[in-house]
Amino acid sequence: MINQQQNNRFFFNVDWVTILIYIALCAVGFVNIYASIYNPEKSDLFNFGSNYGKQLIYIGSGLILGFSILLMDAKFFSIFAPVIYGITMFLLLVVLVVGRNVGGNQAWIPLGSFRIQPSEFAKFGTALMLARYISSFNPKLTNLRPILIAAAIILLPMALIMLQPDAGSTLVFLSFMFPLYREGLPGYLLVIFWGAVVLFILNLYLQPVILISSILVLGGLFVYFNRKKMQRMIMITVITISAIGYLFVAKILFEKVLQPHQRTRIELILGLKTDPKGAGYNVNQSKIAIGSGQVLGRGFLLGTQTKYGYVPEQSTDFIFSTIGEEWGFAGCFVVIGLYVFLLVRVVNIAERQRSVFSRVYGYSMACIIFFHVFINIGMAIGLMPVIGIPLPLISYGGSSLWSFTVLIFIFLKLDSNRMGFI
Amino acid sequence: MDNLFSRKYVLQGIFIVLALVLIGKLFYMQVVSDKYFLLSNNNVLRKIYTFPARGVIFDRKGKVLVQNEPVYDLLVIPNQVKEFDTLEFCNLIGIDMPGFRKRFHKASVQSRYQPSTFEKQLSVQTYAALQEKLSRFPGFLVQGRTVRHYPDSVAGQFFGYVKEVTQKDIDDNDGYYRPGDYIGKAGVEKQYNDALRGERGVINMLYDARNVPQGSYLEGKFDTLAKSGEKVVSSLDIEIQKLGEQLMTNKVGSIVAIEPSTGEVLAFVSSPGYDPNRMVGRQQGNNYMDIFGQANRPFLVRPISGYYSPGSSFKPLDDLIALQEGVITPDMTFNCPGVYWAGNHPVKCEHVDGNISLRRGLARSCNVYACHVFQRLMTQSRFKSTKQAYDEWQAKVRKFGLGQKLDIDMPFERKGTLFTSDQYTKRFGKYWGYTTVISLAIGQGEMNATPLQMANIMAIIANKGYYIKPHLIKSIGDRKVIKKDYVQKNYVDVDAAHFEPVIDGMQDAVNAPWGTANASSIPNIIMCGKTGTVQNPHGKNHSVFIGFAPRDNPKIAIAVIVENAGYGGTYAAPIASYLTEKYLTGSISAGRAEKAEAMKKISALPELPKPKIKVLPKNSDSTGKQPSVPAVVPQNNTALNTKNTAATP
Repeated sequence: MINQQQNNRFFFNVDWVTILIYIALCAVGFVNIYASIYNPEKSDLFNFGSNYGKQLIYIGSGLILGFSILLMDAKFFSIFAPVIYGITMFLLLVVLVVGRNVGGNQAWIPLGSFRIQPSEFAKFGTALMLARYISSFNPKLTNLRPILIAAAIILLPMALIMLQPDAGSTLVFLSFMFPLYREGLPGYLLVIFWGAVVLFILNLYLQPVILISSILVLGGLFVYFNRKKMQRMIMITVITISAIGYLFVAKILFEKVLQPHQRTRIELILGLKTDPKGAGYNVNQSKIAIGSGQVLGRGFLLGTQTKYGYVPEQSTDFIFSTIGEEWGFAGCFVVIGLYVFLLVRVVNIAERQRSVFSRVYGYSMACIIFFHVFINIGMAIGLMPVIGIPLPLISYGGSSLWSFTVLIFIFLKLDSNRMGFI
Repeated sequence: MDNLFSRKYVLQGIFIVLALVLIGKLFYMQVVSDKYFLLSNNNVLRKIYTFPARGVIFDRKGKVLVQNEPVYDLLVIPNQVKEFDTLEFCNLIGIDMPGFRKRFHKASVQSRYQPSTFEKQLSVQTYAALQEKLSRFPGFLVQGRTVRHYPDSVAGQFFGYVKEVTQKDIDDNDGYYRPGDYIGKAGVEKQYNDALRGERGVINMLYDARNVPQGSYLEGKFDTLAKSGEKVVSSLDIEIQKLGEQLMTNKVGSIVAIEPSTGEVLAFVSSPGYDPNRMVGRQQGNNYMDIFGQANRPFLVRPISGYYSPGSSFKPLDDLIALQEGVITPDMTFNCPGVYWAGNHPVKCEHVDGNISLRRGLARSCNVYACHVFQRLMTQSRFKSTKQAYDEWQAKVRKFGLGQKLDIDMPFERKGTLFTSDQYTKRFGKYWGYTTVISLAIGQGEMNATPLQMANIMAIIANKGYYIKPHLIKSIGDRKVIKKDYVQKNYVDVDAAHFEPVIDGMQDAVNAPWGTANASSIPNIIMCGKTGTVQNPHGKNHSVFIGFAPRDNPKIAIAVIVENAGYGGTYAAPIASYLTEKYLTGSISAGRAEKAEAMKKISALPELPKPKIKVLPKNSDSTGKQPSVPAVVPQNNTALNTKNTAATP
């Protein structure tokens, strides 16, 4: 009886708005996967041999998975966080041994007729672990030691995934920087990091002489305006010199460490190279498809670019091109709006948590999803390099859908239990 | 921790700002710019054209003059070509191995995945032979289209020819044409190209990324069927056209015959001509250069761009003006001592007739009579000066269509020569009088007319005072009137009554024993005419005859010019009479038929002016083959500077 009441309260406490958005995004995914591989001669909606049929299975099983998570004890996740983290790390090791090589990445473990991608599950594993570390030890993230521990938790999966090597999935883990920022990581570290990224890109764009001299001029100006304050002058000088040193390191990193196809992709995205038939082909065709949708799109199943196979990887990484072509700017706006609404809401929910664990986990989830969304849509419209990460809940693929489902429903479970202590 | 709470807004802010970046870029791509929309159509849509058949051309009696014959273009898709017996293939379509490689290379350069033309216009026979074996030559396909065929092989200059469009044609026509289309380049094919060409059909075919056709865009909503060109009925009578060309064999010159009541051109002969069928098919380029290189310029459309002094054939016109002005009456006589002295400058006659009237003057083609008439016209007391008199006179002459285009429906018409007084002043200075320009009295000097203009003058006289602009096309499709101009009467401001005496004189010229063309009289038909023997600086006189028949209710007006052949009565007049008889009665009467046959065989080619022979510069023939015949530099058939005496019987 008491148990029953408790259950009722749990379901009452679940954030149904988030679940509705979740279902809406899954539906958008199914509709567009269906359109991507639509064949007028075989348009059987429940053809489970086809990709949209499979996606329907994934969505169904994802919902079952999600609601079973809601039935679990909220404490399970904080208690077993290290174990879950451990398992996902172990799977990342396993995949390096028994993994199937798909598209140059050894990222898949075959399981019967299905195959799973451990790097997808490492995302929520790492999120749980990070939440557990911060909630248990309440570390001051302005100190070096806690920062290093947190960095280690994040860098371990990154290193393992990089060995596959799957650069896209590796980069996703950079999004954990933002929950750490919320928990006290100094803002200047983020500024330095992203500053370094910007410098890295400028380094490829501009002549070294111009870049170095402009950094020197800028540094000189700052020194001049702070000439009364010795400490600042020294700091600015150090920053300037290290920025210049960094440029050389970055150059070497780019030319020696990155793989040629990654280098080409970066160069293409920055417009340093043009190659409409080679690595730039996907992006070019995707841009044509999206741009041709105009305001209201060509209509469901009427997209010519997507229907006739001009956009490769169209139901997975480039699913947004189908949305753009068939539903136009209106459709794109709605989809991006759904994501932003979901994530802003998740951040708000995270802030109302009494438990630090829930809050850190909520931020992690929001940032991971946003990173995916921004990079994936960015690459479909030529703003971001093609690093092959899926559009959450919309792209075709079981591992990705399940991992995002788990990610979201764990948070919903934690939130439904926010009055209790974990 | 509370101070960290505000960091929530930083993160939410980042989400929103970055999402706006995406939306901004999407807004540009999808709403602002239509570049991607156009690119996507380029990707997917390809227009497949079907070629219409050009309109059929009929003669005035409904006989087909131009029809279409199927030919087949051989196309190739280079990336679908697999190994095959190239030698057999080359033999089939009649090319050699280097030619094969050249064509294949050219097609490969154009596109490896799209069909491009390998060889144009295979004949039906070649196609039949190839079709059986086409499966053995993967990557090659055949596309049907039609080319022109001219069953009678006559009237080349009238039809003109059809040719593949040049880049200039494409640029000049607002994108109507595409490479590989055909366009009329001369003659009727050019003039009525818009009606004849028809409409291309188009299928908007969708292609997938592997270039496999996926059906028509929107189930063919924007597809169209090819529409054949309209049928065009020409005013030509193919029977007399053919006869005219036969009679002009081995002669240089022109025949124009007009139906006076309608202005319809019945015969349009330009000699030497060429077989229009030679300007069709794969040998078009070579044949063009060959014809171009021949003597006497077969491509010159003499009826509308040949310049000839009208000579004595001008006299009736001058007499009409004089009658209208009242400076002569039909019965007034002038004394002909065999020569007219214009100052110290003699204009000779080939006979001494004594007192001579209008009727006899025309029949005998008396130069002295003509000079007196001209003198009277120029010295009328109402004019202050000769210049004023001359300008009045030339304005009246112009009304007859001289010195101006008649707007015939054929490209490259020229307007002829007729000076104004200012032009004479420029040439002779301030002081010139009628004696200076006396040669105009006999149609020489600064006067040139096209054969069309001469025939038109006869139409005016036949109509007693008006003409309808001559034209070559009676109707297009269902439209009976193709231009308002071609039904309007143009009056020449000479009263109908004045025509009778002139026509009397012209009747005598042909039918009276003393007439200059009396050897050409037609049994049972009264033809009225006037011979001319035109001096020119290029050798022998041009033989000219203009006339109409029958005298009452005339059905045909005709002008015949045989260049450098001699007397008007010897060549031009008989040729005109045969044509007229054939047209009016359907055959040439016994006794005359043999003479007509003989005429066909007579050669009266002008001697080639030797110093003017020049070898053409190596020309840009498509095959690189040099024209084998040395070409004659355009012969100038004008007689601009002959203002000396003219002897015109």
